[in-house]
Amino acid sequence: MSVSDQLHPSGEETVPALVRAGRFLADNPVIPLIFLLCCLVGVLEIMRPGIISPFWFSNTLKFAIPLAMLAACQMLTMLTAGIDLSAAVVATVSAFVVASVTPIYGPFAGVVIALGAAILVGLVNGFGVGVARVHPLIMTLGTGLIATGCLQVYQRFVINTGSEIPAFLEWLGTGRTAGLPNGLFLFVPFAAIILLGLRYTGFGRLLYAIGSNEHATKLSGVRSWQVFMALYALVGLIAGITGLLYVGMIRAPSLSLANPLLLPSAAAAVIGGTSIFGGRGSYAGAIVGALILTVLGTLLTLLQMPQGARVVLFGLIILGVTALYVRLTDSR
Amino acid sequence: MSFAQKHAWTLGLFALLLVLLGITKLIQPTFGLTGLESLARAALPFAFATAAMAVVVIVGGIDLSVASIMAVCAVTAAVLMQSMGAVPAVAITLLIGLGMGMTNGALIVLTRVPDIVVTLAMLFVWEGTALLILNAPGGTVHDWLEDSIAGTLLFWLPKALIIMAIAVALVWIPLKRSKLGLSIYAVGSDELAAFRSGVPVGWTKIAAYGVCGLFCAMGGLSLIMLTGIGEPVPGPYLLASVAAVVLGGVVLGGGIGGLLGPIIAVFILRIIRTILTLAAVDPNVTTIVEGTIMVAVVMFGAFLVMRRSKA
Repeated sequence: MSVSDQLHPSGEETVPALVRAGRFLADNPVIPLIFLLCCLVGVLEIMRPGIISPFWFSNTLKFAIPLAMLAACQMLTMLTAGIDLSAAVVATVSAFVVASVTPIYGPFAGVVIALGAAILVGLVNGFGVGVARVHPLIMTLGTGLIATGCLQVYQRFVINTGSEIPAFLEWLGTGRTAGLPNGLFLFVPFAAIILLGLRYTGFGRLLYAIGSNEHATKLSGVRSWQVFMALYALVGLIAGITGLLYVGMIRAPSLSLANPLLLPSAAAAVIGGTSIFGGRGSYAGAIVGALILTVLGTLLTLLQMPQGARVVLFGLIILGVTALYVRLTDSR
Repeated sequence: MSFAQKHAWTLGLFALLLVLLGITKLIQPTFGLTGLESLARAALPFAFATAAMAVVVIVGGIDLSVASIMAVCAVTAAVLMQSMGAVPAVAITLLIGLGMGMTNGALIVLTRVPDIVVTLAMLFVWEGTALLILNAPGGTVHDWLEDSIAGTLLFWLPKALIIMAIAVALVWIPLKRSKLGLSIYAVGSDELAAFRSGVPVGWTKIAAYGVCGLFCAMGGLSLIMLTGIGEPVPGPYLLASVAAVVLGGVVLGGGIGGLLGPIIAVFILRIIRTILTLAAVDPNVTTIVEGTIMVAVVMFGAFLVMRRSKA
């Protein structure tokens, strides 16, 4: 129930059914999304009977996990009316660093240095957005460019050392336990922290508050630059962890490893009902959004269509889902 | 407000460009007409992409699909030129670009989904369309079109620069002086105020995105003039155009800025690349420098605005 409903309790019977349904969906954005996901799985089963198996299920989960984690970066920054265009580059940097440091200093140092680099980029982003008040789009675009350049320079120094992916990352990325991907060992606690953290911690609520009305939040005594620093450092860390998981999954570090995930991660957050103007969104929605995009990818691959048509359909479906969502909930 | 104050940012950019040109000449004493000419040619698609982006940023939006629209226009023109003359092919391509831009705008207005999300989705749609038109690089370009941007005219001015200036001016100057141009700035400054003053907000946005598509079509045409072949994969123009627009003094959020600043910014970014190459700096460091410049300039701009509001 929103604040205005509490202030002006109007008879529920005067509200048209469609509007009421829309309000219900606006309060529970995950429900229509899960419905859409089930529809997509149904279509998949009709197109290729027998494809839905425990193996398919675990494979879908496996590929949705890195996307869902990067979608967390986008969702968290979107809550404060921002966006993180450097997330995919940060993931790539962390993946490349861990693979190149491991043969020299061992896996532990590799992970620490990789995540340190990721947090550093995040802190720079936080400084730009929170202190220097640069538009998040520009700031993260710039740091993304800088990080890409640094990575290319760094690559020339380590070109001779070879690369090695720590065994536990491969286990996490490719292994299976009881038919489910091991990535879940990382993802389930991660998702729980984000979901509960946003709901029950002061920091989580501050993100919503800043996104809803930054000026009011400042007047309430919040130092917003500290929140931005913490937020972007956290987002950098998440992107770094995603990179570690992803390199374990792909097992071939490259200079553009996670970059193709950038736009889908933003799309997953948006499909999941996060408003890019801030103040509204949930991680549950983003997770379902990532699953929808992954299933959609499978579906479009199965259709015997030229690649161009698949890409077109992918874009149209993102647009359609968001447009429908905005129409249903009558919000932006 | 005097002319110098009003255009302080643009003048500053122009001074910076001249300084950078001087530095280039110092580093490489042989840098002359040919260097300038190849610089102008390489900057051509970037300049059009930036002009396209600038128009939608002024109206208060952003278009993430510029590079994809350019790719569609490039392959369309390359395929059309296989069967018809250059002039009708160019005309059709420009119309198609306009149509694609207006489609973006119409979708934004009709679905009420934020600009950034719509154009993100359309990025995929146009990218796929380009692949449908031409699966692999191909098509032809008439020789005289390729020649039209090579070489110099009027003693020393590169032809590419002249063509770019004429093309942008032909669209932008009449537009800016018209009612529509005023509406574009009004909608970008304050959509609600514009609406209450009787500006047709929806149509203005659609028109602005249409102009964006038109510039993208020019960018696509300049691409095939440069390479002589239609390439269905979008180039690195999205990020570069956003960078140049911001560096050029157009404020994200809309209502402030013009096209001259962003286009000067394109040349600044290109010439920095040239300087670093001439100075035998690792080409990878160039990317770092570009990113740093972009962020630093925006921070500097924000600092100036803050000081002005305090004073």
